[in-house]
Amino acid sequence: MTQGLSKKIRSLQFAFLSPDEVRRMSGVKIITADTYDDDGYPIEMGLMDLHLGVIEPNLRCRTCGGRVNECPGHFGIIELAMPVIHVGYSKEIKRLLLGTCRACGRILPDAPSGRSEASADVDEPTARIREPKEERVCPHCHEVQQKIILDKPTTFRENGHKITPKEVRARLERIPDEDVKAMGLNPKFGRPEWMVLTVLPVPPVQVRPSITLESGERSEDDLTHKLVDVLRINQRLRENRDMGAPQLVVEDLWELLQYHVTTYFDNQTSGIPPARHRSGRPLKTLSQRLKGKDGRFRSNLSGKRVNFSARTVISPDPLLSINEVGIPVEVARALTVPLEVTPHNQELAKEIVKRGPSPANAPGYVCGVNYLVREDGQRIKVMEKNADACAELVQPGCVVERQLLDGDIVLFNRQPSLHRMSMMAHFVRILPHKTFRFNLCDCPPYNADFDGDEMNLHVLQSQEARAEAKVLMKVEEHILSPRYGGPIIGMLHDHITAAFLLTYQNPTFTRAQVTYLLSKLKFPIPPPAGTDKEGQEYWTGKQLFSLTLPTDLTIEFRSNIWNRCDCAPMSCTHDAFVVVEKGVLKAGTIDAKAIAFGKGAILDAIARNNGPARARQFLDEMSRLAITAIGLEGLSTGIDDEDVPENARKEITKALEGARSRVNELVDMYRHNKLEQMPGRSLEETLEVQVRRELGQARDTAGDIAGRYLGLENPAVILAKSGVRGSMLNLTQMAGAVGQQSVRGERLLRGYYGRTLPHFERGDLGADARGFVSSSYKQGLRPTEYFFHSMGGREGLVDTAVRTSRSGYMQRRLINALEDLSVADDETVRNTAGTVIEFRYGEDGIDPARSFQGQAVPLDEVLTSVLGRRVKPNVDSRGEPITGAPPVGEEEMDLLAEAQLEEEAEEEEVEEFGGAEEGPDLGGE
Amino acid sequence: MAEEKKSKEELAERIREISASEGVRFPPSLASELEKKLRSLKVSPQEVTKVTREVAHRYRKAEVDAHESVGIIAAQSIGEPGTQMTLRTFHYAGVAEMNVTLGLPRLIELVDARRVPSTPMMTVYVEKRLRADREAVEKIALQIEVTTVPDVAATGTVVEELKVIVTPQVELMRARGVKRSDLEVALAENIDPREFTVTNGSGSGEGRAFELHIAEASSAKKSTEEADERPFQRLLEASEEAKAIRIKGITGIKRALIKKEKDEYVIYTEGSNLDGVLGIDGIDATRTTTNSVFEIYKVYGIEAARAALILEASRTLSEQGLGVDIRHLMLVSDVMTNEGDIRAIGRHGISGKKTSVLARAAFEITAAHLLRAAITGEVDELKGVAENIIVGQPITLGTGAVNLIYRPTVSLAKAEAK
Repeated sequence: MTQGLSKKIRSLQFAFLSPDEVRRMSGVKIITADTYDDDGYPIEMGLMDLHLGVIEPNLRCRTCGGRVNECPGHFGIIELAMPVIHVGYSKEIKRLLLGTCRACGRILPDAPSGRSEASADVDEPTARIREPKEERVCPHCHEVQQKIILDKPTTFRENGHKITPKEVRARLERIPDEDVKAMGLNPKFGRPEWMVLTVLPVPPVQVRPSITLESGERSEDDLTHKLVDVLRINQRLRENRDMGAPQLVVEDLWELLQYHVTTYFDNQTSGIPPARHRSGRPLKTLSQRLKGKDGRFRSNLSGKRVNFSARTVISPDPLLSINEVGIPVEVARALTVPLEVTPHNQELAKEIVKRGPSPANAPGYVCGVNYLVREDGQRIKVMEKNADACAELVQPGCVVERQLLDGDIVLFNRQPSLHRMSMMAHFVRILPHKTFRFNLCDCPPYNADFDGDEMNLHVLQSQEARAEAKVLMKVEEHILSPRYGGPIIGMLHDHITAAFLLTYQNPTFTRAQVTYLLSKLKFPIPPPAGTDKEGQEYWTGKQLFSLTLPTDLTIEFRSNIWNRCDCAPMSCTHDAFVVVEKGVLKAGTIDAKAIAFGKGAILDAIARNNGPARARQFLDEMSRLAITAIGLEGLSTGIDDEDVPENARKEITKALEGARSRVNELVDMYRHNKLEQMPGRSLEETLEVQVRRELGQARDTAGDIAGRYLGLENPAVILAKSGVRGSMLNLTQMAGAVGQQSVRGERLLRGYYGRTLPHFERGDLGADARGFVSSSYKQGLRPTEYFFHSMGGREGLVDTAVRTSRSGYMQRRLINALEDLSVADDETVRNTAGTVIEFRYGEDGIDPARSFQGQAVPLDEVLTSVLGRRVKPNVDSRGEPITGAPPVGEEEMDLLAEAQLEEEAEEEEVEEFGGAEEGPDLGGE
Repeated sequence: MAEEKKSKEELAERIREISASEGVRFPPSLASELEKKLRSLKVSPQEVTKVTREVAHRYRKAEVDAHESVGIIAAQSIGEPGTQMTLRTFHYAGVAEMNVTLGLPRLIELVDARRVPSTPMMTVYVEKRLRADREAVEKIALQIEVTTVPDVAATGTVVEELKVIVTPQVELMRARGVKRSDLEVALAENIDPREFTVTNGSGSGEGRAFELHIAEASSAKKSTEEADERPFQRLLEASEEAKAIRIKGITGIKRALIKKEKDEYVIYTEGSNLDGVLGIDGIDATRTTTNSVFEIYKVYGIEAARAALILEASRTLSEQGLGVDIRHLMLVSDVMTNEGDIRAIGRHGISGKKTSVLARAAFEITAAHLLRAAITGEVDELKGVAENIIVGQPITLGTGAVNLIYRPTVSLAKAEAK
């Protein structure tokens, strides 16, 4: 078996095929337009001639003698009766005709230059060809030049008279090599006259295989169809010409031949109708095969299909490490890892081969073998029956394709793959059931949830690939995102809730509870924190949380629940100031700010200071502790969490009523022209701005009133304040009022003539008529409100749909423009041409993923740790100390939360419609 | 004072020395911050050494690896949050009166290197002495803002008498700081005297109207050349032309608004013309800026354009609450400005000028690139990423950039024999 790279392509040379070359590489001359005879045998000198290669079993290629899969295919040739223009070059031909003398072929002084190197815009290559205005005379032979126009796509006219391709070719032939060079072409790789075709290469059958339908009928490839057309007309043209048919008939046929050859190259040439299949479908000819997203380049060359991969639904498993992935037995049995047999593992290999492809699952899963590759490259499928025989064949030099085992490394991926964290390496854990499973902390980088998402898995096949995956792609290596210097893998939802319950106001636990809490972990039960009045030992929540921390961790920051109080760190009455000293949580509540993905300060500190392996351990242990802790007490929220007392309800109604009447006042003022116009705004806009402000305040007031009755003992509030999920805005909308609905940032307007719905008067500008929803979600919406709410919701849906495609294209362009840049050995950033883009990456040579929120080195942290005294921390604009990782601002988290809510709403809707849950391409969930 | 300066320099020098001995070159910002912190903490010389060593050590640990594919990381880091951005335009923070393109459309606009942004906007600061003086700032704003005839006068046509009447509105003129004479000059400058004669109409003082009559000569000329054109048509055209006449202000600035920011008045403008505004007396040219990167390039050159690109992109992202490391934005801006002018990310810019035929063909307009390559006999050196993927070879970045060959000192056979 060959290992490594045997040959490397250093460069590719592009060039024309000369007619001679076409003839030389051709295996057979094609004359007959037919393909198969009545017996289904390829007709000689037909389009399926056996010289062109074979695609059917039991036949041998007449050119090379190979069978299917041995013969690579050979070209054939069609000798065209009359020359025709190559569509792709008609503009180029025009440029050459204009630039050279019609008589002697020498270059003219003002020849259109084509593009200069600097502006090689391929889009409109000859857009800049300016028609010469004055009459021109050739300086070499004094021939007066004529006006030449290109009648798209392929007809040339000189002073209104058609120049036949034959003549075009004759003129191009006259251009001497040095003038060809001066015109920007390279005669070494192509003479201009080759742009007028005299012969047409016929691609091998492998390129255009015919398919046999179920009915036994043969269906030919589009290219074959097109070639049949070319052959047929070519034949008729030759006959007519040789018989001396009238000029008119010959010219018509010639033009028809030109049409067929043109559409054979490109069936979307503007100016001519596309050639169609019998069914009316346009044929997919050469250019269409290459072009676009489904073309050869983007679909088959830039992205390739692979073996050793699997795809199935995903589900969560909090007991797995973040570095692991659970794989169903069925999948594990189908995927293999090559095991090279050496004298050292020969016996083991034999042993495994003996088990066959499906060893009994007696005590658990054991791997079997699917294939045996012998030294000569022969592949033998190992089956139950021949397993023992195969085992005998095992000897050093063989390769045994064994099934997956626990501990193998695989790549795991979820589309859309927007960043490198969309594909990470996991260690295999083979598990029962039929889904891929992984730790919940891995959801954010993959942007995965479990509402039916599927993910892909790839098994690495070489030692080099496995080594690279282990060093570079393991999940733990990606905890810190290169987008911002903070963790992208972290705790979410229940984990944070549990941490909150465990640490907020430091609850105590009995021995029984602690035993349960630590049951999923390997920690010994720590000494009790103390004994209560009845002499019972107890442990505190903060003590238990501290077990997961590295012992050298020292950090201070404010919790998510911090409410701008200015208590001293150690004695905050709200328990909102986190103090960790030498791995012990002394004070404060652990919530989103400490351990969540995107902003977890503790997580960030561990990942940066203690390394990825320790961070992984922290995440593993913490998620185990969290899910047991949440199981101890639990936290449920329901519709009655948004209940507010009757008097509060009344108060809210009153506030909304007030707002409504104030809006009416504003409208009245506007009607009577008493409204004071804002600078730079029309009267209507002024009204809208003020009404919107008024109604916005009304919603906030309603929220504030409701908020007074929702304290931190309320589970929904805990979720919002600790940053687990949702925001106070969501609660406001549930308990207070939903608020103004808008489309395009304005109050609702569209619908009926002069009004939004027939329930209102024409021209009503009041709150209710223009989409203000004064009910809360809890109360339920009135029919009109429900309708308005849907209007706003629909806009959101359309918005996301448009956004995904737009940002997808932007990212594609960015990637394409930047893909070749890398840091050179001298720390400059260069492209492949060797041009220096930056002298030092990012001006300081720091890797963002290793930075501290973009800072090269966190000076305060260093000073504190080296000097051993507390240094006043950096303070940001809001007076908050910058510790941990808040690069993802709180606003973003809110936005994210909202976006997620919206997304989820969408998903529900999609599922209601019974649509596919995976959108097309980047549509995703 | 001098002593303090000296100690400051000494400390800076020491930091430089120590870091150099650790093999690290601090960027100026880090060095000066460290120096400032050490000074404010009044640490001993030994502690300075210790701290600097530790900082240098951490710095080294945080440096990028050689052959890291920083380009792709930058592209992903900017592209990935794109899905989370909004599509709508928003009111500019603070200035509720103005609409400014933000979010994804703005980012795309920057990356596309559009000559004119969809909502051009300027922030004009004034000189120190005028900052707190609202009236003075207002005056400057009026100078900047374009005032056209309809802003200060009513126009009408009298078809029977073949004339256009322009009646100045005294109040509007006062608000705009325009005198009747300014209007007169503007009319005189913009109306072809061969076609129209401007005379005084009814009214008196500042409010006296102007009348535009079709000139005798022009009607005579018309009889030969454009005989069939009716004079009143020309009249209506003239009235439209008169409405477009700019009396004062800087071309392109549609509106100027004043806003108090902390203790100074700042002018925000709708529309942008950096070159023009910089010519106004009293503005602070060092801080006045525009969101049109191309104008900045025209006025200040490519380095300023690069800085503007970085600033605008990072502002757009952070306004959406998205954290993206500035190094990614720098890289994109550097690529766009590398050749000395602003090139777009896309087929008309960087991607269209790649050296590799295959990479270009794989991006967009496949067939055209391949056909062209044959004409000029292009060679694809297969150095980039896309090309190598296409031909099925390892790419030249990251671990693909280096080759390791292991040459055992003892041959395996010999070792086994022993």
